[in-house]
Amino acid sequence: MRDKTMTADEAVSRLTSGMTLGIGGWGSRRKPMALVRALLRSEVTDLTVVSYGGPDVGMLAAAGRIRKLVAAFVTLDSIPLEPHYRAARERGAFELMEIDEAMFMWGLHAAANRLPFLPVRAGVGSDVMRVNPGLQTVTSPYEDQETFVAMPALRLDAALVHVNRADRLGNGQYLGPDPYFDDLFCEAADAAYVSCERVVDTAELTKEAAPQTLLIKRHVVTGVVEAPNGAHFTSCAPDYGRDEAFQKTYATTPWPEFAAWYLGEGS
Amino acid sequence: MNGVTRADYCVIACAEAWRDAGEILASPMGLIPSLGARLAKRTFAPDLLLTDGEALLVGLDGTVEGWLPYRAHLALVTGGKRHVMMGASQIDRYGNQNISCIGDWARPARQLLGVRGAPVNTLNNPTSYWVPRHSRRVFVERVDMVCGVGHDHAAGARYHRIPRVVSDLGVLDFATPDRSMRLASLHPGVTVAQVREATGFELTVPDEVPYTREPTAEELRLIREVVDPDGTRTREVSA
Repeated sequence: MRDKTMTADEAVSRLTSGMTLGIGGWGSRRKPMALVRALLRSEVTDLTVVSYGGPDVGMLAAAGRIRKLVAAFVTLDSIPLEPHYRAARERGAFELMEIDEAMFMWGLHAAANRLPFLPVRAGVGSDVMRVNPGLQTVTSPYEDQETFVAMPALRLDAALVHVNRADRLGNGQYLGPDPYFDDLFCEAADAAYVSCERVVDTAELTKEAAPQTLLIKRHVVTGVVEAPNGAHFTSCAPDYGRDEAFQKTYATTPWPEFAAWYLGEGS
Repeated sequence: MNGVTRADYCVIACAEAWRDAGEILASPMGLIPSLGARLAKRTFAPDLLLTDGEALLVGLDGTVEGWLPYRAHLALVTGGKRHVMMGASQIDRYGNQNISCIGDWARPARQLLGVRGAPVNTLNNPTSYWVPRHSRRVFVERVDMVCGVGHDHAAGARYHRIPRVVSDLGVLDFATPDRSMRLASLHPGVTVAQVREATGFELTVPDEVPYTREPTAEELRLIREVVDPDGTRTREVSA
């Protein structure tokens, strides 16, 4: 079987400008920051980013890499409003598809299940319909005749996620309290790159953890990147919590100054 | 009752949202709603489910009784066995709520959080609101972006319900013929004129407006000694 391990730079070298890119995690929790950092060091731009947004979105927005964002929110959790995202939105820096977080989830489900859309009881009556004039509704063919949003599949060219452990084949394991939607991101993508705190032997994965922790299956994974501390400064329970001091520095430092150091050589 | 603060009345008014709710998830957003939900569970709504704020269902002492990651939480929302109390950057007379942005959505003057789950919440489970500072900036004629769906936009959606809006001045509901906002009770010490002054639209005010009920002696003890012994509530609503 194929050894899929590669470096973060090798993973990013397979991405191209103009792609639709899904990024796992949630807010400032288990974000694939090592991969995002490698992406920021590359020339890849003009991206459609699909994310339960955190600093991944803030950084890519600040760096001008986003052409279009698909999101329900962008937050740093302990800092409710993401300052770099805010600034980018307030200068009209990119196109936004703002949708409800349940619509987002069903969009990923639709993509993973090769469906064009799924009906969702969310969005109707809200301005999500006004700001996304392309969204269509569908009426139940059964007796109830209820009208739903026909949430289109959020199909991805590539997905980037970070988990606690993985083997060389691409089986990914989460050990924290919430899987977020990382498995769905991988299943919705043509290529998924999974970074992890530690690459271990397959047998090691279930030595001390239940098989239910095996979130991501290797058949949807293209690359495995060993990246210790790879979610930093976001949380990666139980391996580490959020680095609040670092996050605060990120949030309060002008982006060019922060980027010069964050993306600089050897850091 | 002696020494009852405005914050205490707010806790009581939030707790009342979950009275007789049965075995459902209480999802309070914000500090005082959280205290209210815990008080309700300790007194008149013992069957409520609570989360730890992340993926676990926990008892009042922190004992884990269930697992509720986001995907399951969203399923619980659409199943309807939940009453959420959300915040509002703006709310209007029909209960439309905005947490997305201020100004023109295409290029906002102030980008806020985003719609988050407000659309799915309002169409699927009872949704109440908590506003810690009742003002014309929050209570507006029209919200800039409809996130939580109000009565004039709901078109009779089958599970749409906005039981109450609690602010630092009083409790509001929509018990009017056109489902517009009505002053349901004043927190003791607040006048109708004060509420009108702080509301940016024509509010329905009944001839007799009751006061928000007094906490019982036991409730007051629980608030002060058990639910919020450090008095954090006065940081959200000052006395």
